[in-house]
Amino acid sequence: MYMCREKLSNERLEYLRKRKIRKYIIWAIRVSAVMLALVLWEVLANLGVIDSFIMSKPSRMWETLKNLGANDLPLHLGVTCLETVTGFLLGTAGGTLLAVLLWWSPFLARVSEPFLVVLNSLPKIALGPVIIVWVGAGTEAIIVMALAISLIVTVLEMLGGFLRTSREKILMAKTFGASKVQIFTKVVFPSNMPTLFGSLKVNIGLSMVGVIAGEFLVSKAGLGYLIVYGGQVFKLDLVMTSVVILAVVAALMYQAVVWLEKLVGKLIHYGG
Amino acid sequence: MNEILKAEHVTAKYQAENGEVTALEDISFSVNRGEFVSIVGPSGCGKSTLLSIVAGIIRPTHGSVSIGGVPVSGISPQIGYMLQRDNLLEWRSIFKNVMLGLEIRKMVTRESIRYVESLLSTYGLYEFRDKYPSQLSGGMRQRAALIRTLAVKPEIFLLDEAFSALDYQTRLAVTDDVYRILKKENKTTLMVTHDISEGISMSDRVIVLTKRPGKIRRIHDIEFKMEQRTPMGCREQPEFRKYFNDIWKELDVHV
Repeated sequence: MYMCREKLSNERLEYLRKRKIRKYIIWAIRVSAVMLALVLWEVLANLGVIDSFIMSKPSRMWETLKNLGANDLPLHLGVTCLETVTGFLLGTAGGTLLAVLLWWSPFLARVSEPFLVVLNSLPKIALGPVIIVWVGAGTEAIIVMALAISLIVTVLEMLGGFLRTSREKILMAKTFGASKVQIFTKVVFPSNMPTLFGSLKVNIGLSMVGVIAGEFLVSKAGLGYLIVYGGQVFKLDLVMTSVVILAVVAALMYQAVVWLEKLVGKLIHYGG
Repeated sequence: MNEILKAEHVTAKYQAENGEVTALEDISFSVNRGEFVSIVGPSGCGKSTLLSIVAGIIRPTHGSVSIGGVPVSGISPQIGYMLQRDNLLEWRSIFKNVMLGLEIRKMVTRESIRYVESLLSTYGLYEFRDKYPSQLSGGMRQRAALIRTLAVKPEIFLLDEAFSALDYQTRLAVTDDVYRILKKENKTTLMVTHDISEGISMSDRVIVLTKRPGKIRRIHDIEFKMEQRTPMGCREQPEFRKYFNDIWKELDVHV
């Protein structure tokens, strides 16, 4: 790109300049919207228009954050992240494996169809008490919850992707005498890298839902624990702060998947 | 005669939810070594089914196909099949794409790699071997697909509407290109097409099928009085129009 800089026409430069300005404006509005909300929140709370006891306020949340940071925030953060990542990996890997199995045997897929549909629409959180009884009230239960939430969606998503693989490409491989394993590894799986990453993006969010729900039910640490604890003792500062931290963590994890996708995309060149 | 492919009384029926469909009925023909034969017929006459049977992908309900005297059962390594689209895999470089057939057949050796490299350089794709399919033109992609098939050294090429996904201009050029390559490599070809002109311009014989169930209506011997035959050149010969009209009438197209 840089090598042809001198050759750019004025119209092109004008176009690029406009695009840059537009990007800056968008960011400026985003940042100022957040600032404005924070300032308004703080001012209204100070004026007594909103009750800072039940609504908290930015300055107190900042104090809480500093306080937490000096004490056990790393622990809570670590616990939640670890549980989320474990649940996410298990859910994605397990779901993909099951999808492979169902792709392998269309008969089995047909048989299991109604069960998958029911399991998919069932709110997995309802299984919370059962999971606790089965695996014990601890980290395991939280991870199983995260797994349960992302598993079936992954199965359906990946199976759908496998079945939508271009029939002609499969036929092409068949004309060379490809076995079913070869068809899968050389055509079906690689053409579903976008499906896999779509699944990963959905699962990271779902897994977090499972973890927080799990932490609400059984936990001694984690962001979900902080939120529930804060609610019970009416420390809304703690609740609000934890929610904000959670939002940041969720965004970062999602971003991590996006980066991973870019990296893998570069390495194996999928999607053109 | 030097007969390499023979179909005898091939009948194909398939079961659909709302009844039985007879796609092909009593098809018999043979193809000689080095010959280029086309099958034309109205859409839905079972042309592609016939190719799938020859390739061993589907079994005929009755009748049999043999290659070099050996009955076809299952996918034969002597067959190279080319489909409508090039079906290059986007995540593989051109080199990895043309190696696919060899990889699947577990025939990747130093020798076969050298053969693929020579094919790539003979047909002008060597400089593009590390590019990806999306970076190539339609014609080059088709050529890459052809090399992928040539790489496994099949005796017989089956072309299933192999050019129909290309735009008209590219198609004419690719037809010439593929024809030249197949003749140079001295391959026997059986092509299915709904394009009468394409069939006449490339073939030594044209088999006309009837509407479903597909039966053989007539087999035309196509001869042009020209040296160095090319599909493009054939289209300008006086005989071309005559063949076209004959076949057109037999196809009995109504709209």
